[in-house]
Amino acid sequence: MALDATSLASSTARTRRALDQSVLDIDCEAEAARIGDRLREIVARVLHRRGVVVALSGGIDSSVCAALAVRALGRERVLGLLLPERDSSSAATRLGRMVAKKLRIEHRVEDIGATLEAIGCYRWRDEAIRRIFPAYGAGWLSKIVIAGGPITYFNLVVQSPAGEVLEQRMDAPEYLQIVSATSFKQRIRKTIEYFHADRLNYAVIGTPNRLEYDQGFFVKNGDGSADVKPIAHLYKTQVYALARHLKLPEEICQAQPTTDTYSMPQGQDEFYFALPWREMDLALWGLNHDVPAAELAVAIGATPTQAERVYADIRAKRRATEYLHLAPQLVLAP
Amino acid sequence: MNMMNTEIVKSQVRQYVMDNFLMGQGAKIGDDESFMASHVIDSVGVLELIAFLEERFRIKVEDDEMIPDNLDSLNGVGRYLARKLHGAN
Repeated sequence: MALDATSLASSTARTRRALDQSVLDIDCEAEAARIGDRLREIVARVLHRRGVVVALSGGIDSSVCAALAVRALGRERVLGLLLPERDSSSAATRLGRMVAKKLRIEHRVEDIGATLEAIGCYRWRDEAIRRIFPAYGAGWLSKIVIAGGPITYFNLVVQSPAGEVLEQRMDAPEYLQIVSATSFKQRIRKTIEYFHADRLNYAVIGTPNRLEYDQGFFVKNGDGSADVKPIAHLYKTQVYALARHLKLPEEICQAQPTTDTYSMPQGQDEFYFALPWREMDLALWGLNHDVPAAELAVAIGATPTQAERVYADIRAKRRATEYLHLAPQLVLAP
Repeated sequence: MNMMNTEIVKSQVRQYVMDNFLMGQGAKIGDDESFMASHVIDSVGVLELIAFLEERFRIKVEDDEMIPDNLDSLNGVGRYLARKLHGAN
């Protein structure tokens, strides 16, 4: 299957087959080669850098990006960074090391917990949490989950040291403060990535997949910042396929996407996406190819009304996060 | 809440939406115009609108009341507040 583009939607809609997972099939070898060619060209001829920095989260996207970079540029031109903090899962660092070892790339582990402490990340976050749950403190865990629909809102979930779980809807000030405080994590990581990139005259790789890029699931000037984003055109299903093709460790190939940003485990679909990633892939592909909601409904096991809501949610997120993709806006000279 | 009061409520909400979200930019909002479809209010904007309603009209917007019928247009908000404040249908 040729890689899809929205502009091709109309011409392909009449001839395409029924919507199912097979629409996401790709020729992995050809795609890895194509990305590699373009990555070499971008790094050498557009960015004029000597290699790339990749922050390894232990997840599928950054692992595939690192593997593609090694294939394109050679392992000597790829630096892996592992940047845990106090809320990171222990698996993240272990899996990141596993990938670096598998790819035989130089890697550094830099714990950003002290930096985040100094800059106020945890203090600002916890102060907002305590406005909702005054007892919250040492030993408690927290996360944000999405709720409602079609009007969505966000609930704060906390877990006491005794294991009691409490959940409450957040007002705008608390929601915004918690999210902006935790965004320090992505922004500090990016600062360190650019330090090492500048030190080595390297470029920084951004690791979003198509779902994340399209739906604005990134922090502006945080994980959204990069010199090149080699898999932003690939659906999550296709990233998993590439991971297997590139022979990444099985544990990586089976890893489920998490945000690894909050102290309680949090799936991406709990926080942001309307559906688990397999169904989100189909929905996004369907929307990009003018597939009727009734057909999407069959493919994801939902009602037509629910499928319409998924399409509406995708469109709404595109609108709401449009500014994340914008370059700074200028006032033109008269 | 009689008809006049409903109009006053809608007028206050309209003024809040115009001031807070549009900063005076853009055309007047129609009574049945969807805030979200017309890109006036997004998910964070809904939270701000709720905070305004709760403070100005001294109500508590419950989770199960956060639906487009209640919050996505001036007429919707007007009807919602009428029910909330006076139990009107």
